[in-house]
Amino acid sequence: MKSINDRSQDIGPFVSQTDDAIIICRCEEITKGEIRQAIHDGMFTVNEIRRYLRSGMGLCQGQTCGKLVKNIVVQELDVIPAQLDPATSRSPMRPVEMKVLGNEEVTHV
Amino acid sequence: MNRISDHPILGNIEKGQKVTFLMDGKQMEGYEGEPIAVALKASGVMIHRYTQKTHEPRGIFCAIGRCTDCVMIVDGVPNIRTCITPLVQGMTIQTQYGVTALEVTE
Amino acid sequence: MKRYDLIVVGAGPAGLSAAIEAAKCGLSVAVFDENAKPGGQLFKQIHKFFGSKEHQAKIRGYKIGETLLSEADAAGVEVYLNATVSGMYMDKEILVRIGAAMEHFKADAIIIATGASENMVTFDGWTLPGVIGAGAAQTMMNLYGIQPGKRVLMLGSGNVGLVVSFQLMQAGCEVVALVDAAPRIGGYGVHASKIARCGVPFYLSHTITKAEGTDCVTGVEISQVDDHFTTIPGTQKHFDVDTICMAVGLSPMSQLLKMAGCNMVDDPRRGGQVPLVDENGETSISGVFAAGDVSGIEEASSAMIEGRMSGLSAAAYLGFLSEKDKDSSLNELEVALDSLHQGMFAPGSKGKAFTKTDEGIAVSQSLLKKGYLDEADIARFNHFGKKTGVHPVIECTQNIPCNPCQDACPKQCIKIGKTITAIPRIDEDNTCTGCGLCIASCSGQAIFLVDEDYEPGYASITLPYEFLPRPQKGDLGTALSRSGQPLGVAEIIDVRSAKAFDHTTLVTIKVPVAQAMTARFYKREAQRAE
Repeated sequence: MKSINDRSQDIGPFVSQTDDAIIICRCEEITKGEIRQAIHDGMFTVNEIRRYLRSGMGLCQGQTCGKLVKNIVVQELDVIPAQLDPATSRSPMRPVEMKVLGNEEVTHV
Repeated sequence: MNRISDHPILGNIEKGQKVTFLMDGKQMEGYEGEPIAVALKASGVMIHRYTQKTHEPRGIFCAIGRCTDCVMIVDGVPNIRTCITPLVQGMTIQTQYGVTALEVTE
Repeated sequence: MKRYDLIVVGAGPAGLSAAIEAAKCGLSVAVFDENAKPGGQLFKQIHKFFGSKEHQAKIRGYKIGETLLSEADAAGVEVYLNATVSGMYMDKEILVRIGAAMEHFKADAIIIATGASENMVTFDGWTLPGVIGAGAAQTMMNLYGIQPGKRVLMLGSGNVGLVVSFQLMQAGCEVVALVDAAPRIGGYGVHASKIARCGVPFYLSHTITKAEGTDCVTGVEISQVDDHFTTIPGTQKHFDVDTICMAVGLSPMSQLLKMAGCNMVDDPRRGGQVPLVDENGETSISGVFAAGDVSGIEEASSAMIEGRMSGLSAAAYLGFLSEKDKDSSLNELEVALDSLHQGMFAPGSKGKAFTKTDEGIAVSQSLLKKGYLDEADIARFNHFGKKTGVHPVIECTQNIPCNPCQDACPKQCIKIGKTITAIPRIDEDNTCTGCGLCIASCSGQAIFLVDEDYEPGYASITLPYEFLPRPQKGDLGTALSRSGQPLGVAEIIDVRSAKAFDHTTLVTIKVPVAQAMTARFYKREAQRAE
């Protein structure tokens, strides 16, 4: 079975597809083609693609595209979905201004 | 008119007081407390913002504050999720271009 | 930092149910929800729920929501609204955004009931204003009283797609088509039939290939797909629409659990990333529980039971409830949950193609492909020996967990039995009085009262009607078939509404006797293209 951790595997050349121009990450405006190209550049996990392209790092924090990006990687690498972890979950879960994030309420005891 | 005045199950859906607000300088009407996005939709506004990179129009998508597609500039503050922000009398709403109120020029 | 015995994240059906049970056991309970109103999606559910009495069947979702809120209030549950839980940590601490500040809260047990988020599919133009999620449509029309659009195309034939399509029509919108890439309708046949008889066409094995428009949606193009879900060139169809609605499944919103370090698993049958939980809903972190859609996509009825189970488990975990009492309560709830988990739409049956019902009757292929029963199906499922006088015709042909019709009939004409997924049978020894309670009790709107002897040459058909304007006695309109085809003139001979019918109007039409088993809907004269 293929493993996403086998970085030496040959996934073949990048072949453009008709729907490459479709936007996947709505916030950062990342297309399917860009994500597929990133995989061919060696980004095999959702986290790597996130850092490489900023997909899922916009305002909504990947609410809509998380599953879509994952499915593209699954297809491109021909792996089973369970092999591929979703992006790391970390606080804050929703968009929040820095001034609010820095305003920690410590009055409660 | 796309407001539902009488619903077979819900009857008359309760509304707040009628208020006015400014949308890109134009005066519009809505009901106090309803989401800004609903008041805009009732006035026929579909485009809430244009995206940063490709200047594409965006509007309501999830309507529950998750997708952040409906963000606009509300009282001078950008990136306000209009689908979950209640309308208040006298609000100033602006179409958002990228992340600011300024129209992007190439 | 404020402390509670129990923190519940999410004030939807699961979270509120959990909080109520725990608070009743004496725990101090705080519920956090990012929305301005509690109740989760319940207040958008204006249809009658399925299940049996213990699952609050035949009660509309928003009414169940109201009951939950008053129960939570009575139990002393503290509900924080507009309170966004932004982080959760292993030692049962959460970080919450309230107003312009971040606050910390800590508890001895935490129940995560954050529900689900909508899946989406991509196509050319899917970012245009006018392409929305089905949840958005429900929010706009059922919470805020605004039509999402005038002409809508729905993608997705699961229960959400079917229910929201019907609600769109109730809100006065036109649904031009229901599209699904799958070769079969995914949701309950009774939900599909409600839409089909209004004339909405189903396009199975089709998907959206393009949303048309520059500033917003002005049209949509769909194409047929093959067995591998690849579009077949040359099969495009175009519809003029202003709205495209997507109902293509849900994913558990389990990020908080993952963040806290709970063991997770990717389970496609449960909708994606879910926590590993034991039978009480406890995750790999002791004292942290998950309930409702976050631990596997189902629906509100089972979410409420799971919520109650996790609330009781949390109470026992903290010593507020003896193990013995916990076990006896949980056993009862497990039976209730199990009864929902039977039949063709059980979580374990996902993706299975049933050819026969539990009773051994061949399932209707027409229902699965076109959304309505054909006449041969009707004959298979309805056995009424005597055809004199008024009698119920039950067009419920799938094993779904639902039995209010059995309780509704004061003459015990309708029998389901103990297994609530069984198909209702008509007991011919008992005499129907035509009271219509069965019609109003059927959440699937699948019961009709037919009288072939109404007048020489004419039959009367009483059907459920949930649209405005309500027909008036004496009105003339068109009788529609199960597929929404006009059959001819129908006269309204009776219109009944009652508190017990809960906003379902019983409309009786007079049609030629030949249409007694074919006419199933009524269209107002004014709507007819003359």
